[in-house]
Amino acid sequence: MKPRVAFFDFASCEGCQLAILNCEDILLDILGLVDIVEFREALSEKAPRYDVAFIEGSINREMDVERLREIRARSTYLVAMGACACLGNVQARSNFVAPAENYKCVYGEEARNRVQTDERYWPLWSHTRVRAVKDVVKVDYELRGCPVVPAEFLHLVKSLIAGSIPHFPPNAVCVECKKNENECVLLQGRTCMGPVTYGGCNAICVNNGYVCDGCRGLLPDANIKAHVELMREHRLPDEQILSRYRLFCSNEAIGKRESVG
Amino acid sequence: MAATEKTYTIDIHHVTRVEGHGNIKVSTKNGVVKEVKLEIVEANRFFERLVHGMAPHEVPWIVSRICGICCVGHQMTALKAVEAAMGVTPSAQTILLRKLLTESQFIQSHVLHVCFLAVPDFMGVPSVLPLASSHPDVVKRALKLKKLANDYTAAIGGRMLHPMACTVGGFYKVPTQETLENIRNRLVEALPDVTEMVRLVKTLKIPAYERQTEYVSLKDPTEYALYDGTIYSSDTKESVPVERYLEVTNEFTVPHSTTKWSKWHRESYFVGALARVNNNFDQLRPEAKEVADELGLKVPCYNPYMNNVAQMVEVVHCFHNSIAMLEQALNTGLKEEKPTYTPRAGRGIGSCEVPRGILFHDYTFDASGRCIAGNAIIPTSQNINNIERDMEAFVPMMLPVMSQEELALHMEMLLRAYDPCISCSVHMLDVEFVD
Repeated sequence: MKPRVAFFDFASCEGCQLAILNCEDILLDILGLVDIVEFREALSEKAPRYDVAFIEGSINREMDVERLREIRARSTYLVAMGACACLGNVQARSNFVAPAENYKCVYGEEARNRVQTDERYWPLWSHTRVRAVKDVVKVDYELRGCPVVPAEFLHLVKSLIAGSIPHFPPNAVCVECKKNENECVLLQGRTCMGPVTYGGCNAICVNNGYVCDGCRGLLPDANIKAHVELMREHRLPDEQILSRYRLFCSNEAIGKRESVG
Repeated sequence: MAATEKTYTIDIHHVTRVEGHGNIKVSTKNGVVKEVKLEIVEANRFFERLVHGMAPHEVPWIVSRICGICCVGHQMTALKAVEAAMGVTPSAQTILLRKLLTESQFIQSHVLHVCFLAVPDFMGVPSVLPLASSHPDVVKRALKLKKLANDYTAAIGGRMLHPMACTVGGFYKVPTQETLENIRNRLVEALPDVTEMVRLVKTLKIPAYERQTEYVSLKDPTEYALYDGTIYSSDTKESVPVERYLEVTNEFTVPHSTTKWSKWHRESYFVGALARVNNNFDQLRPEAKEVADELGLKVPCYNPYMNNVAQMVEVVHCFHNSIAMLEQALNTGLKEEKPTYTPRAGRGIGSCEVPRGILFHDYTFDASGRCIAGNAIIPTSQNINNIERDMEAFVPMMLPVMSQEELALHMEMLLRAYDPCISCSVHMLDVEFVD
C-alpha cells in the first residue's frame, strides 16, 4: 500500500505548500508513489491515520494546539515544514507585545475589547503565543527555510519511501556560499547571518546579491558570541544586531534575550 | 414538499481549494433565507504590528510573507510605499523589471487558480488529483504553464517564492541577457499551450447569474494598469490618487460583528480580474481582446463567475505584453544597479494591482528610519462584502430550482470564482455572530 501523506496548514502564508506544488517536473511522479490526502482535509471522527503528516505554519491558538495534537496522534512521522512550523517565523515577533496590544494596534480598541470580553470570540480569537510545532508536539523531521527548499522536500520523501533516514547536514550557510564562490558580503561591509544559520538553501539569497537573514534558524552549535563580535566589528550597534536576530529568529534563545550583551 | 418550503442548512467547513481557511454557512427555513455568512477561521499574524522596528528595506522583504501566492504583489506594493516614504525614485530599468515580475505572478496565480482550483468544479471532481489520470493532457499543460511562470519569476527576482533580488531603489542583481532570452523564447513557445487553455476555459459551463456592482481598479493613461495608476471607479468613471485610498476602502463595522468591510459609492464593490477587464478593456493587448470575444466576455460584465474567464483573458494579455517587454529589455540591455537609500522620517503609500485586485500598503518611519506604523488593505477583504451580497442575492434566486447539494456547490464555486486569499485578509476579518 502506498504511504498516506497529508498536508496541514496553520498560521502561515501557505507558500511552502506552493513550493511543493512548484515541483512541476516530478509532481506527477510523486503522486504515483504516495497517496496525498486532500491538502485541506477537515479532521473528523473517521479520519484515517497518516504515514507522514506535513505541518505548515506556526501554532498560535489553543484550538490549533488541539488540532495539532490530534494530527500527531494519527501520524507515524510528523514533519515541520518551513520556517513558520520550525521557528515561528516572523510572526513570532508579535510575542514581544501583549496579545491585547497586538489586537488594539491592528483592529482598534473597540474591537479588541469586544473580542476579549465576549466568550463567543474566544475559540478563534484567544491568541496566546506564536509557537513552533516542536514547542507543542514531538517533531520527527524539519524542513527549514522561508520558503522550504524543494530539493530537501524530495530528499525527505524519497528517504521515507525507501525506509532510510533523511539527513540534513548541520553546516552553516557559509559552506555552500563558499562553494558557490560568492564574494563574502562581510568583506563588502554588509552584515550577514550566514555564519550561524543552518545551511541547505545553497545560499540562494547571497547568490542573488542579498545577504543571509537567517530564515532557516540557527545551527545547534552556532557560536553566537563570536558572531555578535563579528557584527560589532562591522560597526553594527548592539540594538541592530539584536534586530537582525529578531527578524526570523525571534523565537530562538538569542532572539528572546533583552540584549546581545 | 413545495420548492418554496425548502429548509436547508449548508455548512461547508474549511472550504477547500481557496487560499486560507474559511467556512460558508447558509440556512433557509420554509423557503426564506435566514442567514448567509462567510466565516474566516485563519489565525491572526498581526503583520501591521510586527513590522514595527524594521528598517525600510526589511519591510517589503518581510511583508511578502503575508501570502505565498501573492508574495510578489505584496513586495512591489510595499516597495512603492517605502520608496515614497524615503524619497527614492526607481529607474526606468527597475520599473521595467518590476513590471516583468508582476506579470510573471499574474500568469502563475491565474493559471493555478483557473486550472487547479476552479476547473475541478466544472468537471465534477473534488480536486485536480483525479484529473491527473482522467485528463493527463490538461494537467500536464497546466503544470507546464505554471512552471514557466515560476521560472519567469525566479529569472527576474532570484526565486519563485519571496524573491530577494528586488529591494528599495532597485535590484541587487539583474538578470543576464541569456536569462531574458530564455524566458522570452519559452513564452513564445508556450503560446499554443495558452491557446489550448483558452479552449478548455471555453468548455466550462459558467452559471448564469448577474448582479450589478461597483468595479474598482487602478487606471493608467498609458497602459493596462497592473503596476501603477490611480484608483478608478466604474460608478463615477473617475479616479482618485492612491494617497486617498482610505476614502475608497471606507472600512466599516457592521452590527453584531467587528468585521471590517469596504464600500465606496454603493453597498459593496468588486476588485480583481473582472473589475480590471471591465474598467480597462480598451488597453488590453489585441490578442487578449480576441480571447475575451471568443469566451463571450463582453464588458461591462456583471457575472462574478466570469472572473475565471477574465483571469484567462489576463493570462493572454500578460503573455503577449511580457514578450514585448522582454524584447525591449533585450534591445536596450540591462545595467547593473546599486540600490541605495538614506533612511529618513516619513510616510509612504503604495498601490499595485495583484492577481486578486487592488492592494494598498502604507508605512510610516521615524527619523532613525525604523518603521513605526503599517497598514495593508488586501483585495480579498475589500471583496468579502461583495461576496456576501452575491450570496444573499444568489440563494433566494436559486432556492426554488436547486437541491441543497447543488446550492452548496454553487456557493463554493461563487466564493472560489473570487479567488479569495484568506491568509492575506484574515487581519481584516472576523466571524459574524447572528443572535
